Amino acid sequence: MNLFEAFPLSRRHALQAAVAGLAAGSLRVAAQPGAAEPRPLQIVGSWEITGLAPANSGYMFTRLQVTETLMGAADDGTPEPALAERWSVSSDGLVWRFHLRPGVRFHDGTAVTAAAAVRCLQSARVAPSLLSVAPVRAVEADGDGTVVFRLASPYAGLPSLLAHSSTMVLAPSSYEPGGQVRRIVGSGPYRIDALAPPQSVETVVFDGYDGPRPTVRRVHYLTVSRAETRALMAESGQADLAYAIDPVSMTRLKKRASAHVEVVTLPRTAALKLNAGHPALKDVRVRRALSLAIDRAGIAKALLRDPELAAGQLFPPTLKGWYDPALPPLAYDPAQALQLLAEAGWKRGPDGLRDARGQPLRLSMRTFVDRPELPVLASALQEQFRQVGIAVQVAIGNSGDVPLGHRDGSLELALIARNYATVPDPTGTLLQDFGPGGGDWGAMGWSSPALRQVLAELALGKAGPERTLALRGQVARVLQQELPIVPIAWYRQQVAVSPRLAGVQLDPLERSYRLTRMAWQA
Amino acid sequence: MNKTSNSAWTTLLLRRAFQIVALALLVGTLCFFMARSLPGDMATRIAAGRYGYDLVNNAAADAVRLELGLDRPLWLALLHWWGEIARADLGLSVVSGNTVWTEVLHQLGNTLELSVASLLLASAVGLPLGVWSGLHIGGWIDRATLAMAVVLRAMPPFLLAVLLMVLLAVQLDMVPVAGDDHHGSVLLPALTLGLGLAAGLARVTRAAMRDAAASPSFEFARIKGLTDRQALVRHGLRQAAVPVIAYLGVHAVFLVEGAVVVETLFAWPGIGHALVHAVFGRDVPMIQGTALCMGLLFVLFNLLVDAACLALDPRRRMGAPS
Repeated sequence: MNLFEAFPLSRRHALQAAVAGLAAGSLRVAAQPGAAEPRPLQIVGSWEITGLAPANSGYMFTRLQVTETLMGAADDGTPEPALAERWSVSSDGLVWRFHLRPGVRFHDGTAVTAAAAVRCLQSARVAPSLLSVAPVRAVEADGDGTVVFRLASPYAGLPSLLAHSSTMVLAPSSYEPGGQVRRIVGSGPYRIDALAPPQSVETVVFDGYDGPRPTVRRVHYLTVSRAETRALMAESGQADLAYAIDPVSMTRLKKRASAHVEVVTLPRTAALKLNAGHPALKDVRVRRALSLAIDRAGIAKALLRDPELAAGQLFPPTLKGWYDPALPPLAYDPAQALQLLAEAGWKRGPDGLRDARGQPLRLSMRTFVDRPELPVLASALQEQFRQVGIAVQVAIGNSGDVPLGHRDGSLELALIARNYATVPDPTGTLLQDFGPGGGDWGAMGWSSPALRQVLAELALGKAGPERTLALRGQVARVLQQELPIVPIAWYRQQVAVSPRLAGVQLDPLERSYRLTRMAWQA
Repeated sequence: MNKTSNSAWTTLLLRRAFQIVALALLVGTLCFFMARSLPGDMATRIAAGRYGYDLVNNAAADAVRLELGLDRPLWLALLHWWGEIARADLGLSVVSGNTVWTEVLHQLGNTLELSVASLLLASAVGLPLGVWSGLHIGGWIDRATLAMAVVLRAMPPFLLAVLLMVLLAVQLDMVPVAGDDHHGSVLLPALTLGLGLAAGLARVTRAAMRDAAASPSFEFARIKGLTDRQALVRHGLRQAAVPVIAYLGVHAVFLVEGAVVVETLFAWPGIGHALVHAVFGRDVPMIQGTALCMGLLFVLFNLLVDAACLALDPRRRMGAPS
């Protein structure tokens, strides 16, 4: 090119700038692997740190194993010891005692005391922390090592609630005088080294931890909101663990050797919340027709690229005991849907269904953008409903619109993605969803005394294992018959894992990244 | 500096200072009313922003309403904000609980870093190409630059970004795909923004250079015996620089405000990304603070452009219209 020859001044400048820029970028990147300390384990995910309060982003810090909760949970939701090494309940079920592991220290060196835990648990008793649903009368410290809960009525799900990240225990030095959380000082195997909300956290091994020392010394978490970017970061080797890989990128990643993909089924279900108080939807035949009009297998195959995710019932197989393999799965049968609609008085006109007075069957469906698959699912549903003559208008907005529409009664249909194991035991979530007035994310205008009785018995926790299983089966059956909410698809967590990393095991309850079990591949 | 040029500087500074005060009040008040008149319930939106879709419910929204006093009359809330702004206090983000100043400064710093990198890249590519094309109208470089400009300006940043990621980061492994580590990760977003800008810059520079080269002063410089290069460096470039700087000034502002897509794609923690989140979460103090800072930046950039033009162009300092 003779451009630069004719114009040496600019050529020199341009070359200098380009070389300096490239050198600054690539040399630093290239220099990192050669350094004495291996580069931090890089996790990328879609979750942002929206604030330091435990109810805001506590889950980020429990997942990174910076903070601990009193209780833990096994993969099937069974309570496990965590910060509390053992626990007991009085015979009347009203007094629970949690005994802390002795000798545990916060990252600032102070001892983890019952008083520090009580302070955190007190502030976790207000909404939206899930502890607010339990009938807690008082939380007290008994000496330095015991936390005592006094309840107004027996509540077997308490250990499960205490495994939720909103109840994580922070050191007194985390709080500023006004009671706001200003720093995250936890008691987990990792401590915060650098925190730059809303996007990144870097942690390093805490040498004062009382458990085994993790092999991976440093961990860096980065929020990357676009799934394409996360997948490319995994492909280029920049990310060691890339969470929430989208179906399209997953197909591509599977063909490459630069990362492999791990999957785990999550206790989350995409479902249609519907207003059973609506003149058309209060008829169970119309609700069944809606369900029969949904081609779940098609949605799972074409949109989620995983045929096994078609939700034949509300509870996914990962919720063992709640998922009933014997239950006949929800079918796709547009002809039967039309027949049921005709029985319910909806006659097919030239432009869709109309009732006896000639009023059309028109419904509005709300959904939100926070989960990128929901708007896509909504348009698929819109088309499938159109094929049986039901006109659906989709409104894509904010997740808060669903509870708001539930309260003011304006909601007709809402496409949601409900996590039934927000706390490890789904009973608490189900009690909220199918209570007397329905639930913000559950039934609306529908209530079943029989179901409430079953849930109440489960909540008491007095039933033996067989009886519990029978009761859970009953819950699944009632919901399948009555369809107060219509299941559509289950979920899988898809994580791209770098070949440098060994010991990766995904948590179906999404409580932890399980970093302490990981090691660098030799 | 003589008297006329002194007064030109004073007028410029006074005018901008007045603009800053008027702008702060106007932007803040407008944002306040716009955010309040958006559809949907504010407390629910804030709760959704804070706690996410798994925990947001009506109980959480009620707690937020109570905590932030969202029930109080509109005029009281506006007066409260005016009081704060008079004390140069932007308040607390209702979502994260941090001071708006901290958040905005952090994010604005990142955005400025990205903007400066893009401007440098755009200038490094666009200016030489533009100058050459302006001096050799109709040559193959001129035509190639035009073709490139059309392609780059027409290509959405989203597509360009993914292409660059696949090529430079995944295939060639030269730079990181994305991130905020401030080492190499600024390069790709800066390229994405800078290439589009370079295309426009090359065309504007070309036109300015062509006009400068055809002007009588340039001709005179050559007649008086300067070589082509001397005439270009001493007279041509300075004359061509005025419209180019004005163009860059306008686009520097667009870089700051229009980088939302690029920031989101490259996980760059900038202010565009933050503003979008604040709007979704009805974080009124953050919206006001961000918009205010962006407005101030607009005034600042205009001031810099005016100052640069004033320094470059003696006719303006003499009070004559340019």
